Amino acid sequence: MRRRGRAGRIARHVLLACTAAFALAPFVWMISLSIKPPQEIFQADFHLWPTQFYGFENYRIAFTAAPMFTFLLNGLMVCAAIFTLQLLVCVPCAYALAKLRFHGRDTLFAAVLVGLLVPPQALAIPHFVLLYVFGLLDTYAALILPWAISAFGIFLLRQFFRAIPDDVIHAARLDGLGEFEIIWRIMVPMSAPALAAFGIFSVVAHWNDLFWPLIAVRSADISTPALGILLFRDDEAGQFLGPLMAGAAIIVAPLLLAFLIAQRRFIDGLAVTTMK
Amino acid sequence: MADIELHAIEKRYGDTRVVNGVSLTIRDGEFLTLVGPSGCGKSTLLRIIAGLEAQDGGEVRVGGTCVDDRRPKERDVAMVFQSYALYPHLSVFDNIALPLRTRRLSFAERLPLVGRAFPRRRGIERAIRAEVEQAAAMLDVAHLLHRKPGQLSGGQRQRVALGRAMVRHPAVFLMDEPLSNLDAKLRVQMRAEITALHRRLGVTFIYVTHDQAEAMTMSDRVAVMMGGELLQVAPPEALYRDPQDLRVAEMIGSPKINVVSRAHWAALGGAEPGGLHAETTQLAFRPEDAAIAGPGAGTLGGSVASTENLGSDIFLNVTLTHGAGAIVVRTHPDAPRARAGDPVCVRVEHARLMQFDSQGRRRAALARVAA
Repeated sequence: MRRRGRAGRIARHVLLACTAAFALAPFVWMISLSIKPPQEIFQADFHLWPTQFYGFENYRIAFTAAPMFTFLLNGLMVCAAIFTLQLLVCVPCAYALAKLRFHGRDTLFAAVLVGLLVPPQALAIPHFVLLYVFGLLDTYAALILPWAISAFGIFLLRQFFRAIPDDVIHAARLDGLGEFEIIWRIMVPMSAPALAAFGIFSVVAHWNDLFWPLIAVRSADISTPALGILLFRDDEAGQFLGPLMAGAAIIVAPLLLAFLIAQRRFIDGLAVTTMK
Repeated sequence: MADIELHAIEKRYGDTRVVNGVSLTIRDGEFLTLVGPSGCGKSTLLRIIAGLEAQDGGEVRVGGTCVDDRRPKERDVAMVFQSYALYPHLSVFDNIALPLRTRRLSFAERLPLVGRAFPRRRGIERAIRAEVEQAAAMLDVAHLLHRKPGQLSGGQRQRVALGRAMVRHPAVFLMDEPLSNLDAKLRVQMRAEITALHRRLGVTFIYVTHDQAEAMTMSDRVAVMMGGELLQVAPPEALYRDPQDLRVAEMIGSPKINVVSRAHWAALGGAEPGGLHAETTQLAFRPEDAAIAGPGAGTLGGSVASTENLGSDIFLNVTLTHGAGAIVVRTHPDAPRARAGDPVCVRVEHARLMQFDSQGRRRAALARVAA
């Protein structure tokens, strides 16, 4: 019995390790390529670690040949603006859908659910036309505005808000808080884990997004990192694989760092709210 | 402050009537308890008084003025909830201070960072701190002010919730089953503390509970609700001794009142008490108004099903003959002990016998014409 238990455990771990390796392999390869000199990249035999360390050169080229800092800064700004706008819209919407009673609430919520099913690609052309009409193409607004309303965010927060007991809201009303203060002073702090989860989804999605920036933006000076890398590739196809991989590693790094730093807090945040 | 008048209050959720034409006047400074089984509309009524829910019909008046269009915070009421409803992300101090801050600081002054820039705020904050500390000291939670609600025990959370309610000196306290999440011992203790608080503050308390013991021990008057209607409003003793409805009689008192149908009563050979009303169909008596007697005329025959010894009293559960049901008789521990299975005769004090008709309404005993 115990032997079988151990065998099962080993099998489970082997399976998990294989899946993890599968997911990590491209990433490892990217890092490996980003520190190799050009001639080594195209060699027939493969080593993980280069015989000649070429990391400094590759990363230097990545930073100097393209305005990498501009890209990173743009990415940061666009993601922050998108998330802020999303919160400003989603939190009050979710509160109304979860906690207020009014005619047509269920219909509106059904509309949100339908909104969840519509792929963003389907809206690309209407968005593009709208932005063209308002003369906003190739601006920061073009990168930000189409994402200001997130059906997913409304849905996620509404589900979380519903779990907060009505008594707390009643108490707040008796204590003299207005509806907006209830939202920002009571509901938002109480749903920190849900906001964090939504924040991760939102920031990761828009930091990595290539599809929409490719449509909306042409100038390098307002490009987001993913688009920047693409522009970079256009310039120097083929031979510049090392610096290209270095650039890719650079744009992935901020997300990884942010996750590593915040990981602990997310888990703590979840633990606090479950202890009522 | 002022009397609270409820005038023909109605509330419906879809097709179900939760509150059905309730009229009630609560005197200034009174401790009134709304008691009833769960789902009888008592909590809804409390929320209507607070202004948290709008009624579908009727009026709430305070001191003669209709307050229906006033929002909860304008009604000068405070509420304590069954779940305490403390803000989990704020410290105990901030929880208690919140109602004061929202009332004394303007919107701009309450803003997180900008608010500090207002010079007026420091003085107000100092006053608030003093008042919160005073309230906390009164409720014995002064040493917990920096903690979060999650780090407190049930009893401590209850006190903090009371503190948040009393710190701004409301004219009316509304309490919605505040003790039901506490263990039995703490509940008895908090019962005494809440009555003491009522005496000290001298303001109106409206207290909702399903526990008749809380209603009986704490209140000046008790309003019994069932199915959205008010059955009877009376002081606890009157409710116990003189219930106007069989459902009230059954709800108040533990163990429950004994009910024997008139037909069974005759079949059992119970003495026909003088002055039975023609429409009386059921006879009821409290466990302490019956006694074990020797076999003889005018007693109810039965056998002891089980006994419960509470130390001060022994309750005998007696199964009556003729399928007349079961009754409870309270006996003194020094009285001769009956054991399960013993045949017994029960004598009922006729003066304490209550008569109810088929609708459950109380029927007054007629003058003893026959006697």
